[in-house]
Amino acid sequence: MYVVIVGGGMVGYYLSKALLAEGHEVIVIERDRRRFQRGEEELGSVFALGDGCEASVLAEAGLERADIFIAATDQDEDNLVACQVAKYRFNVPKTIARINNPRNEPIFKQLGIDRTVSQVKHMLEDIEEQIPTHLLARLFTLADVGLDIVELKVSADSPVVGRQVSELAIPEGSVLSLLLRNGEKPRVPAPDMAIMPGDRIIALTSAEGEPVLQELFSTKRSKGKGKNG
Amino acid sequence: MNIVIMGCGRTGAQLAVSMDAAKHKVTVIDISTSSFARLPASFNGTALFGDGTDEEVLRKAGIDQADAFVAVTQSDNRNIMGAQIAKYVFHVPRVVCRIYDPLRKDVYEAVGLEAISPTTVFADLIKSQLEARPQE
Repeated sequence: MYVVIVGGGMVGYYLSKALLAEGHEVIVIERDRRRFQRGEEELGSVFALGDGCEASVLAEAGLERADIFIAATDQDEDNLVACQVAKYRFNVPKTIARINNPRNEPIFKQLGIDRTVSQVKHMLEDIEEQIPTHLLARLFTLADVGLDIVELKVSADSPVVGRQVSELAIPEGSVLSLLLRNGEKPRVPAPDMAIMPGDRIIALTSAEGEPVLQELFSTKRSKGKGKNG
Repeated sequence: MNIVIMGCGRTGAQLAVSMDAAKHKVTVIDISTSSFARLPASFNGTALFGDGTDEEVLRKAGIDQADAFVAVTQSDNRNIMGAQIAKYVFHVPRVVCRIYDPLRKDVYEAVGLEAISPTTVFADLIKSQLEARPQE
């Protein structure tokens, strides 16, 4: 396939090397002379000097026959314009834009870009995978007695599901005060009551008890990638 | 008219001041606070620090209620992006965008953006002035 990449920074450079190794035909268009020279030294005519948003530069790069166009500069607006010129002027079948601001993802889609890649979004997703989901929300702080009123959400994979209230190792200074279950009246959780997925428990807790409660109710999320089970 | 101007350079500031003087509601956005020094003390509009290509900043600028959006930053691509967000995401009734590069202007005019190229306008103006009073 013929792949045209705009932006010869780190992303464009490593992307071009990987695509070349896979046997694709690649050209990298870089505006900055120093970055261009660095790339040209190693990859020769794969690197071209010019503004990848300019139609004349893209025409010279043979965009008419490009299968994929990738805008990989570090500026969202430059990536948007490069992709749009590729699409409107040269009818490239697939345009991919790198984006910094994750909020630009739906906007770019709306403006005709086929695909966006957001490093920030990927990192956020990865981080969220590693940490427990937020099951505990602080509703109110009773500053004078040093207690918080918190809400605990029971997820389907929580270790407390199916266990009775009396079995739970509730930290000292914490009280499970109210149980809210879909379609039922709020009630005080009785010791023999079994916890169900989707339950919400309102608890009174000290600051020290809060992380213990959070730990008790949460599981490490895993998407089956084999990391941390 | 309720107008949001992206870019408080010479053009943006002058437009902001004249629209404000004509009793329009003006909000001018710039990514550099020092640009706001171009606005006189008598300016009644709002100067908002932020990135005009950021949806969140545009919301803060009140783009939901804007009748017009003008993109006049130093960068063609920023103007193009801001203008398209205003037009296609927020559906601002009137959107005007400055694009220095005449070729890029043609591309975006073809897809429905109202664009002005100062390069072309100024070159034409000089040409017609020269021709109106040729050297003897």
